Amino acid sequence: MSSPSMIDAPLSGWPRSDGRKGIRNVVAVAYLVECAHFVAHEVTLAFRGQPVHLVGFPGCYPNAYADKVMRRLLTHPNVGAVLLVSLGCESFDKRGLEAEVAASGRPVHTLTIQERGGTRKTLNEGIEWVRWALAELDGQARVPMRWDELVVATVCGGSDGTSGITANPAVGRAFDTLIGRGAACIFEETGELVGCEFHMQRRAATPELGDEIVRSVAKAARYYETLGHGSFAPGNADGGLTTQEEKSLGAYAKSGDSPIAGLIKPGDIPPTGGLYLLDVVPDGEVRFGFPNISDNAEIVELIACGAHLTLFTTGRGSVVGSALAPVVKVCANPETYERLAEDMDVNAGRILHGAATLDEVGAEIVSLVHDVAHGRETASEALGHREFILTYKAFEPIGPSCLPIQPVALPGAAR
Amino acid sequence: MNPVPPATDPRLLLLNPADNCLVACRALPAGERLLIDGRAVTLPRPVAMAHKLARRPLAVGDKVLRYGAVIGSVQRPIAIGEHIHTDNLKSDYLPTYTLQDGAKYVFTQHD
Repeated sequence: MSSPSMIDAPLSGWPRSDGRKGIRNVVAVAYLVECAHFVAHEVTLAFRGQPVHLVGFPGCYPNAYADKVMRRLLTHPNVGAVLLVSLGCESFDKRGLEAEVAASGRPVHTLTIQERGGTRKTLNEGIEWVRWALAELDGQARVPMRWDELVVATVCGGSDGTSGITANPAVGRAFDTLIGRGAACIFEETGELVGCEFHMQRRAATPELGDEIVRSVAKAARYYETLGHGSFAPGNADGGLTTQEEKSLGAYAKSGDSPIAGLIKPGDIPPTGGLYLLDVVPDGEVRFGFPNISDNAEIVELIACGAHLTLFTTGRGSVVGSALAPVVKVCANPETYERLAEDMDVNAGRILHGAATLDEVGAEIVSLVHDVAHGRETASEALGHREFILTYKAFEPIGPSCLPIQPVALPGAAR
Repeated sequence: MNPVPPATDPRLLLLNPADNCLVACRALPAGERLLIDGRAVTLPRPVAMAHKLARRPLAVGDKVLRYGAVIGSVQRPIAIGEHIHTDNLKSDYLPTYTLQDGAKYVFTQHD
């Protein structure tokens, strides 16, 4: 990959014990079953406007995927401290989760509602602990951070015919620049790349990886066929897209032109810089319903892969943000931008009016990534958006041919 | 993106020279007269922004190309300048669902 020396303006972040650095320093409050959701949420409400974010898993039954994602999220570089809120009788491995967070050097505390004596006592103790944790984080300082320590993800939602001709290729240009600086970039949704599998195969770093990519897309097509439903939503057709493969090609444009360095699954952290494809479609027979029931489920998986921030392209106009990691909204459609300007960070739709080129919007996105990494609030952060969703899924681990490129040991290199 | 050929209306976008469809950069009403590859065409149907229209006449079974890649098969003859959408183009992969009358999901596969 690229040299570890800075190409231009340096970044800064909060250092973590695993060598990664965070661009935010938040207290995560996590409920470990839906029955503890309300109490955990009430704790965060006492800190409105402060970096206290709610995450969690609603299920009472154990799930290896949810366990892995929760562990990755709560040791994510943007997280500085963790409060776990348990009912007490749910099956989530809270002690294992607590031990992993503690081993990462972060302050962590677990409140079990049944042991603490109910809603009010748990709530009061939770608020007291978060207040202490915020004071702890307040004393922590940022350190210099290199571009090759940054992980940037992209996702699309509310796509229309403009997505594939403005915002998505502009993000592709930004990805090429970021990868050139050594960053890891992740694109996703094999189910939305049906029809692009052979294009991607040609870009894979090795023939074996190319075969894995083709297999992952075939798996996605099979999965969606069993469900009798693609990722294609009614709003997509209103916006001018006719078929799944047409939508796929537009979505595919987000990946840019870099070689594909690896195929990962939710919770796998890219071992090097370069372009990674995230396979979000479960393995095995269809279980638990749709792979990702909404855009935020994908954003959560990207964050679980270590993404510091997500570039979200939208044509019809999504307003979502995310807990834990900033979302940069790149609006593809100039009419949507007019209507939802306060929710958008970048107006890529001006490309349609000849007011900017793809390269110009791509450079604007890179510059915004730099600023957001330095603490600038995105539109969704400023509006207080902190969506989060995590549901049941099942995955097999990735095979050895999925990650053909292993990290080169560089002095002081973090990844 | 490739430069629009001079003989095609600038409100239409050709994404790849191999494409047989064009993308509308803004909404175009029915009856609008414009040039497509040097041919004067009167739009038989309105075309919304970012929707597609035929760059040349298309027959049943033809593949529609966008970005130089196949996006589906033609189900009914399509005239030059005509809107290409779910009523005349079918995915070669998965069925397309649309909301009809704002009511419910309707299966629009044509076979």
